[in-house]
Amino acid sequence: MISVDGLTRYYGDKRALSDVSFHVKKGEILGLLGPNAAGKTTAMRILTCYMPPTSGAATIGGYDILSQSMEVRKITGYLPENPPLYHDMVVNDYLEFVCRLKGIPKDRFSIEIDSVLEKTNLGDERSRIIGKLSKGYKQRVGLAQSLLNNPQIVILDEPTVGLDPKQIIEIRELIKNLKGEHTVILSSHILPEIEQTCERVVIINDGKVVAEDTPENLTNHLKGIERVFLQVEGKEEDIRSALNSVKNIKSLNIDSVTDGIVKVSIESDVDLRKKLAKTIVTAGLGLVELSADRFTLEDIFLHLTTKEEAA
Amino acid sequence: MNSILAIINKDFKSFFYSPVAYIIIAIFAALSGVFFYLYTSNFIEAAFMDTMRSQQYRMAAQKFNVNLMLIRPYFWNIALISIFTLPAITMRLYSEEKRAGTVELLYTTPIMPVQIIIGKFIAGLLFYIVLLIPTMFFQSILFMYGSPEFFPVLSGYIGLILMGSAFIAAGLFISTTTENQIIAAIGGFALSLLLWVIGWGAHSAGPLLGGVLDYISIINHFEDFAQGVIDSTHIIYYLLFSFVGLYFSTKMIESVKWRA
Repeated sequence: MISVDGLTRYYGDKRALSDVSFHVKKGEILGLLGPNAAGKTTAMRILTCYMPPTSGAATIGGYDILSQSMEVRKITGYLPENPPLYHDMVVNDYLEFVCRLKGIPKDRFSIEIDSVLEKTNLGDERSRIIGKLSKGYKQRVGLAQSLLNNPQIVILDEPTVGLDPKQIIEIRELIKNLKGEHTVILSSHILPEIEQTCERVVIINDGKVVAEDTPENLTNHLKGIERVFLQVEGKEEDIRSALNSVKNIKSLNIDSVTDGIVKVSIESDVDLRKKLAKTIVTAGLGLVELSADRFTLEDIFLHLTTKEEAA
Repeated sequence: MNSILAIINKDFKSFFYSPVAYIIIAIFAALSGVFFYLYTSNFIEAAFMDTMRSQQYRMAAQKFNVNLMLIRPYFWNIALISIFTLPAITMRLYSEEKRAGTVELLYTTPIMPVQIIIGKFIAGLLFYIVLLIPTMFFQSILFMYGSPEFFPVLSGYIGLILMGSAFIAAGLFISTTTENQIIAAIGGFALSLLLWVIGWGAHSAGPLLGGVLDYISIINHFEDFAQGVIDSTHIIYYLLFSFVGLYFSTKMIESVKWRA
């Protein structure tokens, strides 16, 4: 449904996107994940024909974004990062204006508007002035706008930013309901959101795709690694030499030393907890705390994105 | 076509959402009203004095021409007030969309840049016509108490609307270049002033340059309209001017495409 092939975009000398490629199947929800300024918005703006790529190509629903941009726009609904709202308009008038822009026949205006207002739970607010609505409601009006004309493809740029937890859950539910009927691309820098709503994740950092998989696979990928946190009372050198005798330690980090208590984090392929406890106790050091931790998508995200930065 | 209507409808209404529009209407009505009062009272005074004199010396009273002595200079005045009001109309036409980020909506829905520009231009022109309504009311007073010729009044308004469209096109272009309304307004004022003043230099410049300057000066072309003469060269000048303004505005929006 959406195929992106080697998109690159420069802003002056600065490269915002470099050789980004991915594909989205019909009815799928794809998450674009990345820290701020990673290039998510740029990618989405290119896909929605807001601006062209410096090089590379993309097709949406079979239409080329450059040569058939009007066709692409007809089948795409887009919610930019800042909802494009006219603050002194009434919700209903605004949606009617967007209906006209999208070329919906006049006799279908009220059906379309009623249906998006119902989807976004905005029925009671339809005659209010947009500027007077709360941020959450403004976001919903923006979302309602993108859903007008029932577009095959919906592109949402950070749809839940600035909302309260209850609203976030509502918007997530709404996005999940779009699945199947619509093909959705969703960007976010918040992981649980992607984890809960998306079937596939593309992680972008510094303008490049660093990983692409299902959320489960990405987590499994690093699941084999066990992480253990230790708090030990004693001297740093003693602890180091004691722990060096333990086999299978992949990495060992002294996080901090406060009041004679040393915080250590250890990564390994196997569960080392028993062995570590035994080593520390037999070395005559005081074991204050020992805990294990699994990798979450958040760690993978940090792992991938910070590794990129170091390289 | 529908998209153009959508833009016209939205932009024309949006003038009235902001207090700026009402302030502009009030100032325009007040200024044009004051000038109308001054011209009318001068005219009446002159006519009255003449009647007195003719009675005193037992001569036939002079014929005073309302069109020549009142309506013509009054149109000049409206034109001048317009020059300094129009930038205030055009300043927010496009820059507001840029500032509010609503350009993202316009650029990602199936509407072409040229449709956006034409829609905004017509909305601006309609607002300008609304501004002129009080002056029509003032002039109708003349028709109630006197019998001026109607045609010069009509040609005066045609001239005003043509001149207004040229200024709106130019102001719209300036508005597309910035997201700051203040800059758009100042740029518009500067351009208005320049286009007005440029004709003054025509007399001191050489024959060739003088002719060019005289032709460029936007208000010189209005002179004939105020006198009741509709000359095609002036119509062409204003239409060409508007077209160039709209063309560059469209290119300015499209430039997003080729600046990649």
